[in-house]
Amino acid sequence: MSNDPAPLLVVRDLKTYFFLDEGTVRAVDGVDFAVHPGQVVGIVGESGCGKSVTVKSVMRLVQRPGRLVAGTIRFRPSSQSAQRWPLAPDGTLDLAALDPQGPIMRAIRGGEIALIPQEPMAAFSPVHTIGNQIVEAIRLHQDVDRQTAWEWGVERLAEVGIPSPAQRMRAYSWELSGGLRQRAMIAMALACGPRLLIADEPTTAIDVTTQAQILTLLRALQEQHNMAIIFITHDLGVIAQIADHVVVMYLGRVMEAGPVEEIFLRPQHPYTRALLRSIPSIHTPSRTLLPTIQGSIPHPFNRPAGCPFHPRCGDFVPGLCDRNTPEPVPVSPTQTVSCHLYTGELHGEPIPDRSSPA
Amino acid sequence: MDPGVFMARYIAQRLLLLPLLLFIFSIFAFVIIQAPPGDFLTAYIAELSASGSSMDQAQIEALRRLYGLDQPLHIQYLRWVGRILRGDLGFSLDWQRPNAELISERLLLTVLLGLFTFTFTWALAIPIGILSATRQYSFLDYFFTVFNYIGVATPTFMTALVLMWLAFKYLGISVTGLFSAEYVDAPWSWGRVVDLLKHIWLPAVILGMDGTARLARVMRANLLDELHKPYVEMARAKGLSEWRLVLKYPVRLALNPLVSTIGWYLPLLFSGSVIVATVLNLPTIGPMLLRALTNQDMFLAGAIVLIYCALAILGTLISDILLAWLDPRIRMEGS
Repeated sequence: MSNDPAPLLVVRDLKTYFFLDEGTVRAVDGVDFAVHPGQVVGIVGESGCGKSVTVKSVMRLVQRPGRLVAGTIRFRPSSQSAQRWPLAPDGTLDLAALDPQGPIMRAIRGGEIALIPQEPMAAFSPVHTIGNQIVEAIRLHQDVDRQTAWEWGVERLAEVGIPSPAQRMRAYSWELSGGLRQRAMIAMALACGPRLLIADEPTTAIDVTTQAQILTLLRALQEQHNMAIIFITHDLGVIAQIADHVVVMYLGRVMEAGPVEEIFLRPQHPYTRALLRSIPSIHTPSRTLLPTIQGSIPHPFNRPAGCPFHPRCGDFVPGLCDRNTPEPVPVSPTQTVSCHLYTGELHGEPIPDRSSPA
Repeated sequence: MDPGVFMARYIAQRLLLLPLLLFIFSIFAFVIIQAPPGDFLTAYIAELSASGSSMDQAQIEALRRLYGLDQPLHIQYLRWVGRILRGDLGFSLDWQRPNAELISERLLLTVLLGLFTFTFTWALAIPIGILSATRQYSFLDYFFTVFNYIGVATPTFMTALVLMWLAFKYLGISVTGLFSAEYVDAPWSWGRVVDLLKHIWLPAVILGMDGTARLARVMRANLLDELHKPYVEMARAKGLSEWRLVLKYPVRLALNPLVSTIGWYLPLLFSGSVIVATVLNLPTIGPMLLRALTNQDMFLAGAIVLIYCALAILGTLISDILLAWLDPRIRMEGS
């Protein structure tokens, strides 16, 4: 699936900066990744690493003082109306070059790329019914009357497993439980049959039992509709459950990317290894101190020069890591790492064998 | 609960409270009006002696008895309330005419001016608030901010005086009153209506300036709070255009708290602004209340204050109903 020759979305050298009075925050600073049709890509990283800003940039939802300053976001639209859009010869469209408020971008948002937000409570308007908001989403992208849109809405609510969907359409979001609210959100996101679903930490605000149900539901819907998902989370356990492909981010850059098995079994980047070590394992003897990553995330205004991870890295090479920013290099046909241990810049030495971590 | 049933019950509950509140307010109105030393006759006698004439003691006592001013306060109160319950607002000692007649004479123009001011205020303040918030820190926002500070900081009577002076000096016209000289005492006619419309906008603008500035500030602040809520981003992610989503979601939520202030306008519609109306010589109820208070014409003042209170209660009721109708969360709390 991931070897599909025609990717749905290819993001190259994406840079989104926030221009504040105090200085510029380089929230996303040169991110590359691709999403293939029907693939679940997990973006993982600590808070503030730029996961959300990356996907908001893809949807062109970044608001002032944030701005997309560089990069391309090539998306392959599928809808009928795409015939009239200025597509490149390969059938893709650079979303980064579009007017974020323009008609094409608005047709893509919700129609081709849909969002499931982090807080289902706050993402529904409290003074409009669920039905009102779902019907609105449908009628923005489909030429149907209110009655038909309402019936579709009821079907969608039933599809995501909401009991008595017809009544729920008339309910307000605060009348539903957290789990049901997130299901309703998913129903609204799926309303127009998007090809790409962006789930921005959709289970963070939900308790663990419900979280598992939502993940199962998303996986089932993904297979049913053959849609691709970008799944953002800081929870590696969730990534292991749902993702096909993993993108590890740190301070606005991709540290490592690859298929989920490779990332979990053969992590190459010191940051990915440190992250994986900090997960409690059932095999660790009790009362053992859980390893943590030394230091803390630098303040956004004081980004380290060179590799952003070097001040916390156990393999830090003075004079190299704090000067040059490592570019992504392939370490296998499917896996890339951005680290000087692999770039060959390390005094021209051969790349050290890191395939079996200690 | 069905929203209709809930609303009916909600309104009924509020209505049941109405008589109790009115009773409490009537006591307050009476006590406040009686608070200054002396009564209408003391003021009247002082005025007479100032102009050189005088009254003998027997005459004064006769008048006191006639108006019931010799009775203890609670008896005076009960008589007053008793008359009001029978629909009699009492008699103005100062004007020597029934209060009901005096008030109703000025009521139409007062309410008309109030409605003009209200419409002007909302029609201007809400769009200004929306523009300022959606274009925060833009030139437009700063412009309106300065305009609003001036509006809030300048006393309205001052604005009135300055405009009067400017109009008189440069345009040679007098902008006081609501009618031209030939229509002041004329019966209602088409010409009088047109003349009223020619005059009413200026007092409406002057009276509304302060309110517009305040309302625009509040609208801007409320909307800024709402604009960055997740439901706004969600609406954007659905593909809604910026204006449609701003008007449908955050503006709607930012307006809700303002709706609760609509009720306060009701008593203001009735009284008009006392000082501005006096400066501009408007034939509204405000200046009449001021005169009644200075002359201790207590039954007229009492009647006006009581109507004022009743309208305040009614206004709050209307606000509550509007809010419950607009905001489903309030209906939820109530049921």
